[in-house]
Amino acid sequence: MAEPAAPAIRLTSPSGAHVRAAGLFALAFVLFGGVLLAAGKNPLQAYADILTGTLLNPYGLSEVVVKMIPLLLTALAVAIPSRIWLINIGGEGQLYAGALAATWAAAAVAAQPAVIALPVVAASGFLGGALWAGVPGWLRMRGWVSETISTLLLNYVGILLVSFLVFGPWKDPGSANYPQSAEFAAAARLPSLFGTRIHLGLLVAIAGLILYHLVMTRTRWGLEMRAIGGNREAARRCGIPVETYVLVLMLIGGGLAGLAGMAEVSAIQGRLRPSLSPGYGYVGFLISWMAGGSAFGMVAAAFLVAVIAAGGDILQMSHRLPGSAVNILMALMLFVVLARRGKGGGS
Amino acid sequence: MSTPFVESVLAGAILSGTPVLFATLGEVVEERSGIVNLGMEGIMLIGAVVGFASTVHSGQAAVGLLAGAAAGAAMNMLFAYMVITQRANQLATGLAMMFGGVGLSALIGADYIGSRIGGLNPVPVPFLSALPWLGPLFRADVLVYLAVPTAVGVWWLLFRTRWGLDVRAVGENPTAAFAAGVSPMRVQYQALFLAGFLGGLAGAHLSVGIAKTWAEWMTAGRGFIAVALVIFSRWHPLRAIVGALIFGGAIALQLQLQARGAPVSPFLLDMLPYLLSLVVLLVWGGIRRHAAPASLGRVFQGSE
Repeated sequence: MAEPAAPAIRLTSPSGAHVRAAGLFALAFVLFGGVLLAAGKNPLQAYADILTGTLLNPYGLSEVVVKMIPLLLTALAVAIPSRIWLINIGGEGQLYAGALAATWAAAAVAAQPAVIALPVVAASGFLGGALWAGVPGWLRMRGWVSETISTLLLNYVGILLVSFLVFGPWKDPGSANYPQSAEFAAAARLPSLFGTRIHLGLLVAIAGLILYHLVMTRTRWGLEMRAIGGNREAARRCGIPVETYVLVLMLIGGGLAGLAGMAEVSAIQGRLRPSLSPGYGYVGFLISWMAGGSAFGMVAAAFLVAVIAAGGDILQMSHRLPGSAVNILMALMLFVVLARRGKGGGS
Repeated sequence: MSTPFVESVLAGAILSGTPVLFATLGEVVEERSGIVNLGMEGIMLIGAVVGFASTVHSGQAAVGLLAGAAAGAAMNMLFAYMVITQRANQLATGLAMMFGGVGLSALIGADYIGSRIGGLNPVPVPFLSALPWLGPLFRADVLVYLAVPTAVGVWWLLFRTRWGLDVRAVGENPTAAFAAGVSPMRVQYQALFLAGFLGGLAGAHLSVGIAKTWAEWMTAGRGFIAVALVIFSRWHPLRAIVGALIFGGAIALQLQLQARGAPVSPFLLDMLPYLLSLVVLLVWGGIRRHAAPASLGRVFQGSE
């Protein structure tokens, strides 16, 4: 079980600590094994089933990648503002806002061919998420409300707004008692790849990660962001437009989370539903934090989390455990990482 | 349908508001000591499931409530160890606690889905419970009666005792508190124990007192509401009563409106606590001037 764990640590910790880190990850698995044992299950059998069900068969692996797409985008939504110490806990709400905007756009362009419909739907998803993060960004820029609090509060507003729409005005009259919007027109569906449920969002997420890495390491913008992150006041006196960065980075971050929501409705679900996300926005926050904002670290952490999440479905089906029981393993994993990072001085 | 609209909404608001008030008070104490806990949802869930299971086994609601509160406190000690001793990031650890609490409570509760309990019974106050309009307020359970006194007690503890002064000093400036002879770590552990106890009690009230059943993720976001209401009440225990009543009122109003077939979306009403918290923050203006403890979210490093 250590294979996925090793790269996550190697890229995010100072050298020489790998063995201890791998040991801590192993500890998380042992502890969760104890929990499974206490619940009357065979932990070795459970781990073997997770492994064969996710990594060792093509369908399982493709489902892991499907889960990674929104996680990578919401992790970026946190990582980008965090470069200048903005804390965006609003990925979940921004995801829902993006899905909402994309659904609205999909209905508006339903009659258009895909070359027109898809870009409009995607852009709307981005804008919806950007708006949801832009309000906290603007409030922060003016120095009125901390973005930590406002993004957190807007999560619920976004989720409830989607529920309001799909239970009310946007409810598909054709789907009886199910609260969901009408189905997207075929032209507004994000194409899937390789004959699996993996969709075009994967390329968007990868492009986003590469761009993020290049901007941070190779451009003047990245330099200025690191300057702001290092010492905001000094950066301001050097003439760096700190306030503009606050707003723009929140807009970009929110937009990426919005794209995650757009992809979930347009590629996976095909309709807007109230239970759009099992907490991707929050998990994205944790992934970004585990990775310390490193692009490679985010890929590794998202992979690990996606395997665990997919493992939850397997435990539910073959071991009759509650699907959310696997959250314990995720929490344990995070605890060992967080405790290590804390000692390293990051807070 | 027999009880008048206003009476039902009022009684419902107070009943629904009670667990949220206990959780909010816990979060107030916690944040006053400088630590923000986004995992209150997980604490409440653990309190709810342990409280329910203990009630099933003991047959005593009081045992269940105490066990739930103790479980919440124990769970928060894990959080305390992470953020105080290990100095882990509070927001990330809090979210991890939330996920861990959801999973652990689902696992523990799997065997109790569908179990029935007598639960916490209402204790009508003689004479007062027969009053018109206010009558339903006096046909509630013990924790409902204790909610406002607990808020006053927390206020007294924070603002009128030496310990409360220490808690607030640590929350504002741990280094200064340390220099004055206070151990920030000890005070924070104590504050988090109390916070976990209140959060666990809140969860247990939900399962043992209100729903009288266990369901996965039955808190349905109330832990996060508590975090929002702390902001709404600007870190003050007495203003938390108002916040909890607004939340409870929104819940009760939508239940009554639905029962009467009124075409008002419950989801729009549910937004109220969050939007009001945001408005309060705006009205009281500015990151600098609102009443948040100055060291909230930071880690005290300077004791050695």
